[in-house]
Amino acid sequence: MHTALRERAAEALFEANRTRQPIPPLVETYEDIDVTDAYEIQLLTVKKWLADGRIVKGHKVGLSSAAMQRQMGVNQPDYGHLFADQFYLENMPIPLDEHIQPRLEPEIAFVLRKDLAGPYVTLPDAIDAVAYVLPSLEVVDSRIQDWRIGIVDTIADNASGGGVILGGPPRRLEGLDLRLVGCTMYRNGRIVGTGAGGAVLGSPLNSLVWLANTLGRFGVTLEAGNVILPGSVMRAIDIAPGDRVTAQFGGLGSVTAVFAGNEGAAA
Amino acid sequence: MTVETSVGKAVMTTGENAVETVQSVWDAESVGTELLACEDEVRDRTPFSDEWPELATDTALAYAIQDQNLARRLARGETLIGIKLGVTSRAKQAMVGIDSPGVAWLTDAMVLPAGDPIPQDKLIHPRVEPEIVFVMKDRLEGPGVTAAQAMAAVGSVLGGVEIIDSRYRDFRFRIGDVIADNNSSGRFTTGPVSVPPDRINLAAEAVLVEVNGEIVDSATGAAIQDHPGEALALAVNVLAERGLALEPGWIVLTGGITTAWFAPPGTSVGVHFTTLGSIYAYSD
Repeated sequence: MHTALRERAAEALFEANRTRQPIPPLVETYEDIDVTDAYEIQLLTVKKWLADGRIVKGHKVGLSSAAMQRQMGVNQPDYGHLFADQFYLENMPIPLDEHIQPRLEPEIAFVLRKDLAGPYVTLPDAIDAVAYVLPSLEVVDSRIQDWRIGIVDTIADNASGGGVILGGPPRRLEGLDLRLVGCTMYRNGRIVGTGAGGAVLGSPLNSLVWLANTLGRFGVTLEAGNVILPGSVMRAIDIAPGDRVTAQFGGLGSVTAVFAGNEGAAA
Repeated sequence: MTVETSVGKAVMTTGENAVETVQSVWDAESVGTELLACEDEVRDRTPFSDEWPELATDTALAYAIQDQNLARRLARGETLIGIKLGVTSRAKQAMVGIDSPGVAWLTDAMVLPAGDPIPQDKLIHPRVEPEIVFVMKDRLEGPGVTAAQAMAAVGSVLGGVEIIDSRYRDFRFRIGDVIADNNSSGRFTTGPVSVPPDRINLAAEAVLVEVNGEIVDSATGAAIQDHPGEALALAVNVLAERGLALEPGWIVLTGGITTAWFAPPGTSVGVHFTTLGSIYAYSD
């Protein structure tokens, strides 16, 4: 794919994000787009956001379950950037107009205590770099119309990132088996899904190792203080105005996201 | 036009006007006989409700068939050791139009000892699902039993794997068909860890399902009617409608926590619980 076309795709995604007007799948507009193009387009878009004043505060890993990878026809996860303005607080209404077609995914978030630089990160290196874990809900969203995404669409579109709500309490890794931490998700009091940490690449820690090593090959370091979302422990759920969603993690605590209602929408 | 009778009738339409009423060949007795024959001969068939529409939704009739086959199993030397619950997710219940779990019988012939392979030559198309298993300490009889009372009658909690099997081709059946078929009973095995019920949060207990080395599913005990104790209470109250109760020492399989995963010959399955340990099932 020609550099000028990559730049054009990045501009389209930047505008879609700014105006909340989704665009058709990139594969329909750019016929020979591949995964390398997609990551380049993501980076070009990130540069525009940085120029716009946004600050990177972490990364997210997507497509971290075997089922989702099969659905996308890939055999590895993907990643995107997490910005400071995408951190929402628990119980504070999240404006839906900041998103296009948001969904929620429960994740076990890592907060790093020191830099983690690939590409030679081992599992013990990753464990050593984690300050603590937090229950979290990731807002995923797509700048592609009706979520009609393939692998290149989601990668170019910052891995369909939208934001994050972090819960509590912080817990250190010692003594935790993240694989067997269960999660039960409630929407407005009703159970809408259950899962366990092992659904994320066998363990969320594997996801952290993969991310550090994958970014390391591009000379990018995961920085101390950053938040890493390793991937969802279950299928994403749709969100409607006024929804209140809680994810309870066995032994880890909980996180609640509240979405703004329709008040004033008609005005 | 047709009149439903206890033996069942079906309306056959041939051409535009020709409507012929035919007597279904099936009744409770012959359906029960055929189901046990399918199981013994390891063959599947179409659901009876295709030919006997009354069975599709008549759960009382279906349970009568199930009970009659339990009597036959006992008469041929099997021992009644407990019950298994099915359709324990609220979403699935809404889908099939019931508001409590399905109940079926467990006999000693359905026990798969730990470490034994899945007996593929005796099963039609086995699927595996992780379960939370209770061993009853006290007699428990409805109606009016609550989840808290039900849990107080439980002596111990274990992890389990149920190997379900259906006598219906492609697992295609209606609610009456599957109840008559003892809710797709096959084999079951229990795990290495046993805890008293007051030492475990069953709603938070997680399970990972691994098929041939790949993690394919995960869930928590909350997927079982919000709590497996809730499923137990509902089941006991349903049993009371037939004058039945749970006896001390009985085993209760509380229902699949995840969807059931196909386990054809050569499959190895690992089921890993947060506190109830790991259980493996395999066949060559």
